Amino acid sequence: MKPPPFDYHGPASLGETLRVLAEVGPHGKVLAGGQSLIPLLNMRLAAPAHLVDINRVAELDTIAAEPGGVRVGALARHAAVERSAAARAVQPLLGQALRLVAHPVIRNRGTVVGSLVHADPSAELPAVLALLGGSVRLARLGGEREVAAAEFFTGPLESAVAPGELAVSAFFPALPERSGTAFCEVARRHGDYAVAGVAAAVTLDEDFRIAAARVACVSVGPVPVVADVTEVCGPRPAASVGWDVDWDAVARAVQDRIDPEEDIHATATYRRHLTGVLVTRALKSAAHEAGHGEQGEL
Amino acid sequence: MNHHITLVVNGVVREASVPARRLLSDCLRHDLGLTGTHVGCEHGVCGACTVLLDGEPVRSCLTFAVTVDGREITTVEGLATGGELSPVQRAFAECHGLQCGFCTPGFLCTATAFLRDNPAPDDEEVLEAISGNLCRCTGYQNIIKAVHRAAEIQAEEAG
Ligand SMILES: Cc1cc2nc3c(=O)[nH]c(=O)nc-3n(C[C@H](O)[C@H](O)[C@H](O)COP(=O)(O)OP(=O)(O)OC[C@H]3O[C@@H](n4cnc5c(N)ncnc54)[C@H](O)[C@@H]3O)c2cc1C
Ligand code: FES
Ligand code: FES
Repeated sequence: MKPPPFDYHGPASLGETLRVLAEVGPHGKVLAGGQSLIPLLNMRLAAPAHLVDINRVAELDTIAAEPGGVRVGALARHAAVERSAAARAVQPLLGQALRLVAHPVIRNRGTVVGSLVHADPSAELPAVLALLGGSVRLARLGGEREVAAAEFFTGPLESAVAPGELAVSAFFPALPERSGTAFCEVARRHGDYAVAGVAAAVTLDEDFRIAAARVACVSVGPVPVVADVTEVCGPRPAASVGWDVDWDAVARAVQDRIDPEEDIHATATYRRHLTGVLVTRALKSAAHEAGHGEQGEL
Repeated sequence: MNHHITLVVNGVVREASVPARRLLSDCLRHDLGLTGTHVGCEHGVCGACTVLLDGEPVRSCLTFAVTVDGREITTVEGLATGGELSPVQRAFAECHGLQCGFCTPGFLCTATAFLRDNPAPDDEEVLEAISGNLCRCTGYQNIIKAVHRAAEIQAEEAG
């Protein structure tokens, strides 16, 4: 259980990082928090010839919350983003999801951008980025591109990052007024990867009827599965007796979109069932939050 | 190729020459002879290897020693002051928060940082704080009691 040997690079600036990455090309890997990469190295599931450690590149340790959204730099740890009151105010879903990512001690090292690049089909943050329609900024020596979430996640543990590229930041857009979000999951133990999980975002119109509703599901496909359920949900009046929505129909609409697989933790049927239950739970919670936000009480 | 690194471990400046692939856990145990930090799984799951990096608990098995060159590390050996056990250590002894002791260094480091940030936690918060540490002996109940007891001792000593 020891990592294979590699050549180590510890650049101190973004420019130097991009130069090293260009040099080592397909033989290099970026080391961020190491909370996914080092287990893979210890188990000898990966053996890169060069590791480019970005932990000294202080200019990547940024969290910028603006009215339009939150931009998270490559060295911002899960714990720092979770604690950021400014990030929480602009996009509450980040904090809601991060509480479910691993354990507090892992969150002290792991990075938000690293989690996106790692693209585990059970990970929470890729679903958050996909649900919000966010993007990842990729830099290489002499160039930069912004990749939308829909094109960023290309398969299980595969993202659009090409050899020689560094993911410098990720952008999580804010939602319009009268919006609410939620992340609900079932895991075997708190902190484990989810057996099934659903992120939801709901926006209400001026009469507090559902104007937009979307979910993103984890652990039920190679990449986060995003489903727009606005049509099935609304526009329904938010009656005081509860949301006048056919939740079973909403759950079924999402269940029809997913293609879960069986593994040692759960059968495909169970994952599909869980996803249906979590879709309802997450949408109700998001709708409730939307109706009780700063913009006005129901 | 070896890298020359300097760590401040439990307040003492320590130097080592290590290959880049040396895990911090192995650097502490093998290069520096501090075997109090235990190694269970080496993939981040058990928490036995938890140490404090500039005061924050981290998995030493998921950290390369070269990455933390120049930083401060506290291991279980550094929790006591002089000959006196820390409040967290005393509480674990008092409440039987350990049996074989294999998991204990990780629990002690995790709980020490947790109680510094949250001196009066409720049950739920204690559970979440130690959820990343596995113990095969105690059944956790006495560990939970010990964390609460440590909070009490700290409050008594501060007051
Ligand atoms: C016990 C345990 C439980 C966990 N549970 C969960 C969980 O429930 N949910 C969850 O989402 N995650 C979980 N994780 C993973 C954790 O969230 C990781 O922190 C995260 O997946 C990767 O972030 P990192 O910064 O540690 O990346 P690293 O491990 O450093 O890197 C991961 C991969 O991304 C690449 N990479 C990283 N940053 C960049 C960059 N800026 N540019 C280009 N490439 C980059 C690396 O080359 C590598 O291939 C768990 C981890 C452990 C050890
Ligand atoms: S040895 Fe590090 S977490 Fe198990
Ligand atoms: S006391 Fe034996 S593993 Fe915890």
